[in-house]
Amino acid sequence: MSAVVKSPGFHSSELQSMLYLNGVTKSFDGFKAINNLSLDIAPGELRAIIGPNGAGKSTMMDIITGKTRPDSGQVRFKDSIDLTQYDEADIANLGIGRKFQKPTVIETLTVWENVELALAGTRSVIRALWHKLSSEQGDRINEVIKLVGLKAKAAELAGSLSHGQKQWLEIGMLIVQGPELLLVDEPAAGMTDQETMETAALLKEINREHTIVVVEHDMDFIKALDSKVTVLHEGSVLAEGRLEVVSANPRVIEVYLGR
Amino acid sequence: MLNTKIFERSAIGRLLLADKAGSYLLMVLFAAMVLVPLCNLLMPEGSFLHIPTYIVVLLGKYLCYALLALALDLIWGYCGILSLGHGAFFALGGYAMGMHLMRQIGERGVYGNADLPDFMVFLNWTELPWYWYGFDSFFFSMFMVAMVPAALAFVFGWLAFRSRVTGVYLSIITQAMTYALLLAFFRNDMGFGGNNGLTDFKDILGFNLQSDITRCVLFALSALSVMLAYILCRAIVSSKYGRVLVAIRDAESRTRFMGYRVEHFKLFVFVVSAILAGIAGALYVPQVGIINPGEFGPINSIEIVIWVAIGGRGTLFGAVIGAAAVNYAKTYFTGAFPEVWLFMLGALFVISTLYLPKGIVGVVKQLQDRRAERNAPTSQGAES
Amino acid sequence: MKLNHTYTYSVFRFLLLCLVICLPMQSTAAPIATASQNELRDKDASLLLNELITVKSTSDKVNLINLIASSDLSQRVAVLEALQAGDLYYTKKGRQLVYAHSNADGYSAVAVISGEDLGVVGSRAVRKISINNELRTVLRGVLAEIALRSDDTAVRLQAAKNLVRSPSPEFLHAIERALLMETDAKVIESLRLAAAMVNLNSDEQVLRLEAIESFRGTLDSDAMSILAAMQLTDSDGNYTEKDDLVRESAAAVLKEMRSEAKIYKLIENTFFGLSLGSVLLLTAVGLAITFGVMGVINMAHGEMMMLGAYTTYVIQLLMPNYIDYSIIVAIPAAFIVSGLVGIVIERGIIRHLYGRPLETLLATFGVSLILQQAVRSIFSPLNKSVTAPSWLSGSLEINGALSLTYNRLYIIAFSLIVLLLLVFLLKKTFVGLQMRAVTQNRAMANSMGIRTGWVDALTFGLGSGIAGIAGVALSQLTNVGPNLGQSYIIDSFMVVVFGGVGNLFGTFFAAMSLGVANKFLEPFAGAVLAKIFVLVFIIMFIQWRPRGLFALKGRSVED
Repeated sequence: MSAVVKSPGFHSSELQSMLYLNGVTKSFDGFKAINNLSLDIAPGELRAIIGPNGAGKSTMMDIITGKTRPDSGQVRFKDSIDLTQYDEADIANLGIGRKFQKPTVIETLTVWENVELALAGTRSVIRALWHKLSSEQGDRINEVIKLVGLKAKAAELAGSLSHGQKQWLEIGMLIVQGPELLLVDEPAAGMTDQETMETAALLKEINREHTIVVVEHDMDFIKALDSKVTVLHEGSVLAEGRLEVVSANPRVIEVYLGR
Repeated sequence: MLNTKIFERSAIGRLLLADKAGSYLLMVLFAAMVLVPLCNLLMPEGSFLHIPTYIVVLLGKYLCYALLALALDLIWGYCGILSLGHGAFFALGGYAMGMHLMRQIGERGVYGNADLPDFMVFLNWTELPWYWYGFDSFFFSMFMVAMVPAALAFVFGWLAFRSRVTGVYLSIITQAMTYALLLAFFRNDMGFGGNNGLTDFKDILGFNLQSDITRCVLFALSALSVMLAYILCRAIVSSKYGRVLVAIRDAESRTRFMGYRVEHFKLFVFVVSAILAGIAGALYVPQVGIINPGEFGPINSIEIVIWVAIGGRGTLFGAVIGAAAVNYAKTYFTGAFPEVWLFMLGALFVISTLYLPKGIVGVVKQLQDRRAERNAPTSQGAES
Repeated sequence: MKLNHTYTYSVFRFLLLCLVICLPMQSTAAPIATASQNELRDKDASLLLNELITVKSTSDKVNLINLIASSDLSQRVAVLEALQAGDLYYTKKGRQLVYAHSNADGYSAVAVISGEDLGVVGSRAVRKISINNELRTVLRGVLAEIALRSDDTAVRLQAAKNLVRSPSPEFLHAIERALLMETDAKVIESLRLAAAMVNLNSDEQVLRLEAIESFRGTLDSDAMSILAAMQLTDSDGNYTEKDDLVRESAAAVLKEMRSEAKIYKLIENTFFGLSLGSVLLLTAVGLAITFGVMGVINMAHGEMMMLGAYTTYVIQLLMPNYIDYSIIVAIPAAFIVSGLVGIVIERGIIRHLYGRPLETLLATFGVSLILQQAVRSIFSPLNKSVTAPSWLSGSLEINGALSLTYNRLYIIAFSLIVLLLLVFLLKKTFVGLQMRAVTQNRAMANSMGIRTGWVDALTFGLGSGIAGIAGVALSQLTNVGPNLGQSYIIDSFMVVVFGGVGNLFGTFFAAMSLGVANKFLEPFAGAVLAKIFVLVFIIMFIQWRPRGLFALKGRSVED
């Protein structure tokens, strides 16, 4: 059942969109967390999604990654795959990685082991029992650890890392998972200004090989990303475009400043 | 052929090299396996080195508990599944063994009925129920010792893990499971001897259960089982599979988003653990000579948890140490001060959770670390 | 024979009446002019009753019995009952009427008229007032009639019911007379039933058919078994009831009665189920607070109930003369005892373990062991019995097929009151508001100046205190012993989990539905199997809805 894991990168030129949401609605006890939401992410795109609290950002992530099923609407991955039919593990294996808002790494394992677990490869129980790491896999792990700047900490327990380092480790775990689409939830939360800028640079670096959707509050971070922005409000798209354009939109100003 | 043998040996060797405490434990177990029967059988009674048979039986019982504790530590310590119903798997394994031993009694029962166990004659049953078929065979019985707990664990685990029942909810329904089984096995119509359970066993594979030699062999088998189970568990938790278990324990959601089928990983380890518990029960029954529904009691299952917690969860050897230590304390206090024992046990629960979150093993490790620090204040990062 | 009877009776009566009428004059003539009314009556009584010693023939005794019965002597019922039971004697010396019971040394005798205890007398010193079957029959009728004329409705109802149970033609007159005077509907119904039971055995077909017709709608179980007996056949295949018309009409009425009884059986089962559900509700509602609202797994919850039950026991020891009221005192006392112990546990242990539910589970389990052993050491491991107050016994009778026992009715009402008070406390008071605030957002509540630690302790104390109250109720239903709590803890957890954590309505619904389900399964499966079924059902149910029946939905359920 486990899907074939794609190698990183995107080369299929005929691909129309990496992620396509159309008319998605989800309500909890009558409250519409997502209301007729439509979104189209092109292959290779870096998209920032902003919106006030309760705009439905996390629910949108949950729907894409199979944690929550929408009440109605289409969720398609790479034009043809209907994501609503799969659960989290399937979707991860299809090639969608997700980084949580709160950094979640396995604290009692070392940095190296964390990355090893995330490394693309078989996910079966039996294979995991007899698994032996090949030297190429070892190289890949080291490479990614270096990319996220944790080379010196490779043998330390993930629990001993600082908040920012955990964020990076998690991003590293996402990369090594080899997804075509990366969903990143508030990567800059709780970071120093310095770390925020480094993270933005890191994401742009990753974007060369992966499609990325970032949800973020921090305007400086969004500015540093320099990408297309989608503004969510009350579960649907309020505005979309370059940051300069969007931030001039009177409705956006009203929503952000009116609160 | 030879190559694989060398590989296996080296794999175990490598495992043990990395696990110093485990190697010591295995050595102690091995020494006990050899020396305890020798001291019982060869040393003359009254000699300083003579170990009386009741001590052999007592130690054998502790070993069965240790195996049971290992089974629980595998799922609780490494995968965060706190089963409050592990006694049920232990008891089922015990019942499977007990049924075989009942069939071995043959016509030597009180009623002298070769076809039916005594309690069925007493209940005026005329025919052996179908689920007793096959238990005349030792090998079939041993198969069932593993299969019955495994089947229950598989069905229960498949339902529970698939629906993502976790944490305390899982604990509560495992407790309900063993409670339901307790009630069921108390019923006479279940055909497992009701309230009294199965007892009055005579022999196993033709060997008299009362003889010293049989008891020593059973003891040695228990010690061997604990050793093998330890190595198996250590191999499991040292593999990549074991690291996935830890990942599930610490961040289940994250593991799912990494693409692991959490329910499959949990189910596998749950079934393995249930089989180990069943084997422990099967070793326990011929040594104590009885199995009754009381073994399904929720309290029994919770006691297993305390052995592991006291010993140190998530270490495997801690489970063995905890089972032995707590049960030794229980034997001592219920004999010397029966009033005090429940106070003691209760206090152990409270103190171990409040002040010893890592159990005995954690305390020892802390002391070692402190001494290491004092000896070599400059060398850092020794912890691994 | 009959004539003769009447004749002797009237002569006898005349004589006696003279005596009775003359007596007051005699007394006034006596030197003691201030003799009280009571003394006079005693003298009347002694004269009339002492006749029992002298009268020999059965017919005279019958007359005398009737005379005693129609008098207004206070001792009449006791004397007649003693006569019927053969406990009425007279002393040979002094010819005094006594109640006597034989024992090892002779007879223990009590004077009938003076009430003086004569102690043990030799068996030769007393002689029994002889009685035969004819007299017994008369006595039964007479006693029934006395009871039927009582001012107390309950006595009349009981008498009427006794008549239903032992129908006999000699009661017919008494029943008919009583029916003319009776005003209470229930007594009338029982009397009609009694009359019908008598008529059923009459020789006249019309009377029998009428009697059968009158059973319609009564649901009396005796009547049903008689009607059912009419349908039986003997070994040759012949009906024991020879009259076809009577038998068929009996069959028709029986069918109707049975189908109606079935409905009442259903109602009764539901009632039993609701009362069991109420017990579950009481035991679970405290847990719904500690587990449902606070998220604390308190394995010592059962022991909080146990403490409540023991508090009831101690209170009863403290006020042995007021057993009926002790339970009223025990309710607040148990709440306070268990609540305080709960607060101590929370401050001492649970406080340090917030956010670690599995550790909390283990630590509180340890507490439960300590509490059990403490109770064992203090009160001994044996079960203690708690006497039920008298107002809890008895039952509310709806009709022949349905009667609701008061203790069950009270426990349903009690559990509902507890639940409503709790809802009120949580939803409408300031303390409740603080509790909800703390459980929903601790940090925010803290920053708003709510002393979260204090609120935690109070909430836990509240849950424990309610468990204590449940213990008071349990002390009325089961043995009070150290293991009392253990037998309820798993059930309580099942109820809370089934209903949906954090939802009191869910707890209520779960308790009631599990209680009713259990009672409906019991007739088919037996009590133990029914319980197993319910457990398995809940285990399966949790797989289907891991958060319970009325779980709060929302995206915030993050693990």
